[in-house]
Amino acid sequence: MNRLYFRKIKNFIFLGLISLSSLFIIIPLSILLVFLISKGLHGLTWSFITELPKPAGEMGGGIVHALLGTIWILSLASFISIPIGILGGVFLSEYGEGFLANTLRYSADLMTGVPSIVIGIFTYALIVIPMKSFSALAGAIALSLIMLPTIIRSTEEILKLTPKHIRKAALALGVPRWKVIFFIIVKGNISTLFTGIILAISRATGETAPLLFTAFGNMYLSSSWKEPMATLPVQIYNYAISPLENWQNQAWSGALLLIILILILNICARLISGRFDVGHGPKFIFMKLRKKWTSKSF
Amino acid sequence: MDKQIILKVKNLDAHFGTLHAVKNINLEYQEKSVTAIIGPSGCGKSTYIRCLNRIHEELPNSFVTGQVELKGQDIYAPEVDPVEIRRNIGMVFQKPTPFPGMSIYENTIIGLKLQGGHSKSELMDIAEASLKKAFLWEEVKDKLKKEGTSLSGGQQQRLCIARALAVNPPLLLMDEPTSALDPIATAKIEELIDELRKEYTVIIVTHNMQQASRIADYTSFFVSGDLIEHGKSELIFTNPTNKKTEDYITGRFG
Repeated sequence: MNRLYFRKIKNFIFLGLISLSSLFIIIPLSILLVFLISKGLHGLTWSFITELPKPAGEMGGGIVHALLGTIWILSLASFISIPIGILGGVFLSEYGEGFLANTLRYSADLMTGVPSIVIGIFTYALIVIPMKSFSALAGAIALSLIMLPTIIRSTEEILKLTPKHIRKAALALGVPRWKVIFFIIVKGNISTLFTGIILAISRATGETAPLLFTAFGNMYLSSSWKEPMATLPVQIYNYAISPLENWQNQAWSGALLLIILILILNICARLISGRFDVGHGPKFIFMKLRKKWTSKSF
Repeated sequence: MDKQIILKVKNLDAHFGTLHAVKNINLEYQEKSVTAIIGPSGCGKSTYIRCLNRIHEELPNSFVTGQVELKGQDIYAPEVDPVEIRRNIGMVFQKPTPFPGMSIYENTIIGLKLQGGHSKSELMDIAEASLKKAFLWEEVKDKLKKEGTSLSGGQQQRLCIARALAVNPPLLLMDEPTSALDPIATAKIEELIDELRKEYTVIIVTHNMQQASRIADYTSFFVSGDLIEHGKSELIFTNPTNKKTEDYITGRFG
């Protein structure tokens, strides 16, 4: 009787500890969100996301150039890193033995641990100095270096989940190996692969340090890959350390905008991995959403 | 009436690392017949059947010597592409293997689709014909767009048979196709094999001796890589010549 009582107390204490630590994880995030919203929401207006910055000292103005710059550089970075990352991941999962594969796997793991500022300096030396100019391209390369290892490893892990006998069955149909890999294994896992990619993109979205030395930033709209380009994180950084109150406030709104952008990306990842039925593709997600909305509102 | 020999196995040896898994097998298979391979676990029967469509060599550290002649052509000849061979020799595995993220329809025709050269309407016709041959059409005709993995285990296995048939191989290998299925699903597959013998040659590995005696014209008995006995099923099961075979089928050994 006594021991049972003791066990119940132990159970209670552990449950308490676990709940308490979960709470500690949620608290900083909620404080951060509340803080950001209270500081940034009133500045997050339509003109803020559609207008260019005003000259220093004037009120108003927006950061459309940084928003578009972030999207532009992320697209370019995805364009570089997604094909290479997927192919590298396929190599690791399908031919993942031997010296080359082990080296690749180990380097990818190391790369995830490289501080982003080091990647920034590296890209500066590799691209910016020879080109003699900060550029959107350099920023995209820096970000793609950050995305690559995540994409490679997530692709490898996802493809490895496909059982071996599926591959054998496909080979036994008289399908050449490369077609088995791309049209059966990769295609069969495409939605999960996308989830991994989107998570990599959303991680790169908030990176500041690698962009400071590469894309650098500017105060106007630019779509040239050879010129410096503004991005949200760098713009926030520049505004936040400026002495102007208008800019400091805009840094808060910009930060909120960045968080919203990352949130949207994460929701996309969730939606895509949340099963699309075969033969329907993205249309199916849309239908599912519409069903949800209509069933709630009517 | 003499049937033609479709497959001739000569001095076949298969190694798997240091293990000599299949030892000097010499056998002939008649067209449009069903042959069962029985034997205790680890006797090399799965390895043997995997040598017949060159899928064994996909394993690391494996090698095969000897000849396997499909209609007179040695499939182990150096100029032969294993991909071509596997199109002529279909295979069904122990576990049902519907491809993930593919509909029932796509699963059925994927082999042909990836070979290329078939129009959409041709593929649809072939899918229907193959699913009918595999006794699955009635159950799935209204949900061809549903995922293959949504079917029950027995249906999945018949889908895999339909998928193998769609490529239209004259020879079909089955590696314990019913060992993961319940008795009703098993009965359906056996009925199906009985139907297949009219058009195809079937070689089936099984653990179930009743199954072998029910469906097979011929039975081979393997023990630790050696072919102990091969002959007409009714003879093997009623009047085996070898003591080991008799012990095995009466349950005294293995």
